[in-house]
Amino acid sequence: MKNYFKPAVFFLSLWPIYIIVYQLIYNKLGPEPVDRIINHFGEWTLIFVLLTLSMTPLKKITNSVEWIKFRRMLGLFAFFYASIHMLSYVGLDYRFDFEPLIDDVLKKKFIFIGFSAWLLLIPLAITSSDKMVRVLKKNWKKLHRLVYIISIFGVLHFIWLSKTIFFKPLIFLIILIILLLFRINFRKFNLS
Amino acid sequence: MKKFKHSEITSEKIFNKRRSFIRSMGCGLGAIALSSVPLINAKANISNEPTSYKDITTYNNYYEFGTGKGDPHRRAKNFTTRPWSVKIEGEVEKSLELPIEEILAIKSEERILKLRCVEGWSMVIPWLGFSLSELLNKVQIKSTAKFVEFETVYNPEEMVGQRYPTLNWPYIEGLRIDEAMHPLTTVVTGLYGKPLPNQNGAPLRIFIPWKYGFKSAKSIVKIRLTKNMPNTAWKNASPREYGFYSNVNPEVDHPRWSQATERVIGESILAPRIKTLMFNGYGDEVAHLYSGMDLKKNY
Repeated sequence: MKNYFKPAVFFLSLWPIYIIVYQLIYNKLGPEPVDRIINHFGEWTLIFVLLTLSMTPLKKITNSVEWIKFRRMLGLFAFFYASIHMLSYVGLDYRFDFEPLIDDVLKKKFIFIGFSAWLLLIPLAITSSDKMVRVLKKNWKKLHRLVYIISIFGVLHFIWLSKTIFFKPLIFLIILIILLLFRINFRKFNLS
Repeated sequence: MKKFKHSEITSEKIFNKRRSFIRSMGCGLGAIALSSVPLINAKANISNEPTSYKDITTYNNYYEFGTGKGDPHRRAKNFTTRPWSVKIEGEVEKSLELPIEEILAIKSEERILKLRCVEGWSMVIPWLGFSLSELLNKVQIKSTAKFVEFETVYNPEEMVGQRYPTLNWPYIEGLRIDEAMHPLTTVVTGLYGKPLPNQNGAPLRIFIPWKYGFKSAKSIVKIRLTKNMPNTAWKNASPREYGFYSNVNPEVDHPRWSQATERVIGESILAPRIKTLMFNGYGDEVAHLYSGMDLKKNY
């Protein structure tokens, strides 16, 4: 049975793609389709970042290491959706018109921090293979702690681009805080 | 000679863009080719083609009914708009309470006006309405009145958004008195020849086409003439981001996003953004209201 878990999680993780393809084909993207696509993939990026961060707490809670098997795949999906999010902004919205884009990245803090988060995801994606884990040894873990900064940047990106924090940005923020608190508590727990 | 349909002729603006078009092709990715094609077929920059009834009535910012664009359409269905009356009070000789029937009896005309949201999108809406000055002329305004304040109904029973502190309820908006008296400042009673749908601000809202959408308060119950500048809802929530004037101005960016361009609601996924015009294209009519004012400071 367990052999099916990974492919199952893989196909489930493609859910955001199914939705967009369906809405594209049946013309259900709504009045602002470009905005819809950008927001859709942006939200799913955050969901996958948070899912990736949930695996360690789940491992501790359920006393099962099974969860960790999915962490890499979920993390790579986060990078995948972040890239689509970024590309749809650059390509669909700004049509690769780099002048206003560069202006945006430098002047608008929510774009700056979102773009930074995507840049920081790149080294994590590159070093995600088993081989890189072996090559980098202890440094791999250090490097991959970047995900904490990335997750904070990602949620800040969402809060800053929203006109008010109610309610979606607030929900993401609360879940992120809980997931990060888990890390602190468990380390203290281990020490004692 | 081969005859071209009007739609087949490349507009001057796009023709002038041919170099940047070729440059963008040079970037290589297949996706560029795909997304640049519509640049050739793009419509003229300003279309006065009204946005569809469906988009106008399902894509709304009306935080009293929730922060999602689809919330007002879903949640405003059973909103009570009768009985309703509007009070005109404050710096007037004698305040007046007008039943909604009396206001709706004023002759409305079709006014096709463009709505530009501060979020960077726009619609063209065939409103029904009349100039606010017609309503204000029903009272004697004192010379001490410098501003006009609009107050939206407070009804958290039916307006679920008002149960949360998203903004300071009730929603307050306002204009300088000369802005309020300008003929383009419209009391809206309907759209597309029909009574105003609840999600668009029934039974009565105002619409100021040269200002960002949030200036146009919905479901109004009070119009107050005041000596001092009203403490308007969004300015109150974030004074650095939303000014009292909030005129559409492509040169003054919102601190968090650019206002230089906008997306046209209802256009295809491949349609490009269009350039935002000063005063949303109504400069000829309203620019004189602000002569001598630094619009970068008075945003």
